[in-house]
Amino acid sequence: MLRLLIALGTVVIGAFAEIGRVARFAFTALIRALSPPFYPRRLAAQLIAVGYFSLPVIGMTALFTGAAIAQQIFVGGSRFNAASTVPAVTVIALVRELGPVMGGLIMAGRVASAMAAELGTMRVTEQIDALTTLRTDPVRYLIMPRIVASTLVMPVLVLITNIIGVAGGWALAVTRLGFNSAEYLSVTRQYLKADDITSSMVKAAVFGFIIALMGCYHGFSSKGGAEGVGRATTDAVVSAFVLILASNLIITVLVFGTK
Amino acid sequence: MSEPLILMEDVCKRFGPKTVLRGMSLSVEPGESLVIIGGSGTGKSVTLKCILGLMTPDRGRVLVGGVEVGKLRGAAMARHRARFGMLFQGGALFDSLSVWRNVSFALTEGDIGRSASLRAQAIDNLARVGLGADVADLKPAELSGGMQKRVALARAIAARPEIMFFDEPTTGLDPIMADVINNLIVELVRDLGVTAVTITHDLSSARKIADRVAMLYNGKIIWDGSKDRLYMSGNPYVDQFVAGRAEGPIQMAVRRGDVGRAEEADLGGA
Repeated sequence: MLRLLIALGTVVIGAFAEIGRVARFAFTALIRALSPPFYPRRLAAQLIAVGYFSLPVIGMTALFTGAAIAQQIFVGGSRFNAASTVPAVTVIALVRELGPVMGGLIMAGRVASAMAAELGTMRVTEQIDALTTLRTDPVRYLIMPRIVASTLVMPVLVLITNIIGVAGGWALAVTRLGFNSAEYLSVTRQYLKADDITSSMVKAAVFGFIIALMGCYHGFSSKGGAEGVGRATTDAVVSAFVLILASNLIITVLVFGTK
Repeated sequence: MSEPLILMEDVCKRFGPKTVLRGMSLSVEPGESLVIIGGSGTGKSVTLKCILGLMTPDRGRVLVGGVEVGKLRGAAMARHRARFGMLFQGGALFDSLSVWRNVSFALTEGDIGRSASLRAQAIDNLARVGLGADVADLKPAELSGGMQKRVALARAIAARPEIMFFDEPTTGLDPIMADVINNLIVELVRDLGVTAVTITHDLSSARKIADRVAMLYNGKIIWDGSKDRLYMSGNPYVDQFVAGRAEGPIQMAVRRGDVGRAEEADLGGA
């Protein structure tokens, strides 16, 4: 019994210590972001790496998912004569939940893992220590461009996800489900509210921050060679997934729970 | 005797339950070349990191040029670190940057600008370590281990630091390349007039580079003296180490004790 309590206590203390370390890491990064030197070229490189090169996977996923959603809502809706809700439900589901969450999860898989692997390798090969001895602050040089780029780029990517997702639903509805194109779009427009878009963008920015923070934190604190880098990469993706889903719920409840 | 450039007094450092440095004291005179020898996991890397200010000792103090490193913050810490150049064990070259950008990194402080004069300067520094201009545009991954070490050496001296640290400079090299690196270190220390601290367990390297040798064992310096006295130290620990015997007062720890590398996700201070 005592042994069980000890094990439980160790886990709980470990979890709180980890939360503390992540918070300290994030706080340090944000404080240092406010003072020079800034690295605009590094930021530009990250904007391209995180944003531009994610467009194909983001676009493809959005297109397929948007179409699949429209199909399912059509099938489900026709059971109680509500097949006409396809445009309204598709746009709400996509913009409020699926766009940001799906975009976030895909980007966690693509970006958090890459950041953790790259920074983890730099850590275990002493490149991060080398930066410090070469008069360069690794936090400003490596962490800040990644966090800023990811936080800025995610809303844009999610906006694109939303648009392409709706387009996917529209294309399927018009070609296969017999919807009138103009009518579909006008219903979509009618049900899309400014609040939906705002919450979508806020979620996206938060997820972008979480993704880069998890990638950087786990990469930066990795240790113990190739195995350590592998573990850092896994930890980065898994923790980003969990935090994205949890913060999504929190934002959803805060924005829509009171209506 | 002049004021020591680096002075460590009774420094202790522990990571969780593991104590790495236990009352380490050391002084380095300006212009001398000190070699610290010792087995794996005796705290050699941690010693260098404490001097650089990458880690803060739990007890004791580290003074460089009479200033206590633990009390430095912000710009003062940056100026402190700018006095050092360091050759890392694996070279630690930035693999995303070309050789010449690596070499000129300390001058640009990471802000990559396009400048022909920087490139020319980098090629000068490469020439100092015996490399031609033809490697300047290669990526580090395209070089052999010995060449990477040389590029790393060129990078470390590019900003003309007054103190150089060499972390296991010959580990992983064949004996001839190791000697080439040793010669380069001796030349650079002499020509540039730097103070050098080398950590190694390669005794032929120590004999070549050192003015003075100190032996680190169990978190403290247990012997130091001129390199001529290394083989007649009269110290049973040093004797065992230089003779390379498994039997003697030094018991090899089987588990790696040098856990200082990334135990804390340290953000580089400041």
